[in-house]
Amino acid sequence: MNKDLSIDIKDNQGHFAPLIEIKGLKKSFGPKEVLKGFNLQLFTKENVVIVGKSGSGKSVLIKCLVRLMEIDEGEIVVLGKRIPDLNREELDHIRTEVGFLFQGSALYDSMTVRENLRFPLRRHPERKLGKDEDALILEVLKSVGLADAINLMPSELSGGMKRRVALARTLILKPKIILYDEPTTGLDPITANEIIQLMLKIQIDLNTASLIITHDMDCARVISNRMIILQDGINYAEGTYSELSKSKDPKVKAFFKEVQIRTNE
Amino acid sequence: MLGFINTLKRFFKEVGAVTNFTYKFFSQSFRRPIEWKETLHQCYTIGIQSLFLVTATGFIMGAVLSLQLRPTMLRFGAISYMPDMISVAFIREIGPVLTALICAGKIGSGIGAELGSMKVTEQIDAMEVSGTNPFKFLVVSRVWACIIMLPLLVIAADIVGLLGSYLIESSKGQISFTLYFNRVFGVLVLGDLIPATIKSFFFGLVIGIIGCYKGYYSDKGTVGVGKAANMAVVITSLLLFVVDFIAVLVADIFYVI
Repeated sequence: MNKDLSIDIKDNQGHFAPLIEIKGLKKSFGPKEVLKGFNLQLFTKENVVIVGKSGSGKSVLIKCLVRLMEIDEGEIVVLGKRIPDLNREELDHIRTEVGFLFQGSALYDSMTVRENLRFPLRRHPERKLGKDEDALILEVLKSVGLADAINLMPSELSGGMKRRVALARTLILKPKIILYDEPTTGLDPITANEIIQLMLKIQIDLNTASLIITHDMDCARVISNRMIILQDGINYAEGTYSELSKSKDPKVKAFFKEVQIRTNE
Repeated sequence: MLGFINTLKRFFKEVGAVTNFTYKFFSQSFRRPIEWKETLHQCYTIGIQSLFLVTATGFIMGAVLSLQLRPTMLRFGAISYMPDMISVAFIREIGPVLTALICAGKIGSGIGAELGSMKVTEQIDAMEVSGTNPFKFLVVSRVWACIIMLPLLVIAADIVGLLGSYLIESSKGQISFTLYFNRVFGVLVLGDLIPATIKSFFFGLVIGIIGCYKGYYSDKGTVGVGKAANMAVVITSLLLFVVDFIAVLVADIFYVI
């Protein structure tokens, strides 16, 4: 894999600018205000985990990041571009730089694994970097440990394998940022751990920055450099896993307690 | 009363949304990149895989029509006009409408269910975030495939339907293949062929647009997928008759029917 993919964007003063910057993000669905002024910065090679209760707006947040949903107010800057201002062509270009792993894997079920990986590559041939298409597909599949599954249909894959193929499809365009929407949800603990280790390996190999939405506190503990608790539509608390787990704030304590109870169940 | 007003509101909202969807289809159709490969693939899926069903139904309808009409035509001593009558009826109306209704059931529901399930499983979102325009890839290709393949399927249904009718005529009466088809082609004029072909294109447009619209904007969950497929068939079938009526009215202005 090409290890030279990390980018360090510098601002006018020569400081490292964040890859993703969100300021005062607001999003409502009818009368229900889901995000009420969320702020975030994601820097190169950083793994930021966002946790929060169901319905707190975590998935809405990452969908807004790639404009799968339009925002009501606020600012989203990805790789130096203001997302709400981009036209279709510019947005498509930014989207090739931002990988997205969906909760349900979202593999194209009428295509084989090979075709699933070929699909984004055919639309963005410039991302092949002069390499042979089949060789590239095989290389990426090998990196997720699924080279043997190249000709299988998604329906023939287990949940963990689907998640790996989806990850391979995300990686084939060599993104600079990867957004994970509940990467371990619905997987058994062993497979979930395999996916977590794979996410760590990818970050080391490709120097990507990751934004991870999860309920899985094991995943958050292992993978996060920084954690944000999304509550009441804002980033209620922020810090490392150990800082937050020792927090004396009643809402943070209650959150960890609730998650602990759910995990034990 | 309030319920009726709400239903009316919903109806006009839906009409507006479908109109907008159709406008988006035309505006995206000619923007690069054009999805030729996917359109061809859909032409195969929609056209070739519906061919057997359409021709089998056409054949049976041709034969049944002959069997049903024969006694009446005999009573009036007009049995020699059977090929003329069958050909005009089939080419103008039965072929296009029958084919369109079958395709509404097979293709419209198929598209509705396929896109609906893609929507529910976030495959459409996945396409979008990989920098592909899913509307162009999924909708534009399918609607064009319907527009292209419907008239071809209608022609196939017409030919096989007339063959079915000929088989009944030749078994029940004394008419040769050459004579039967001489009568068929002798009676047909441009006023029969052109409006029928043009309305087939519109039938294709209706089937494609409604199937795609219902699937693309289906509700979440498996119930949403089923509803999308079902509504695609119901609305398309109804609209086909509306389009047919308008087509006949318009044809009446340009051709003496």
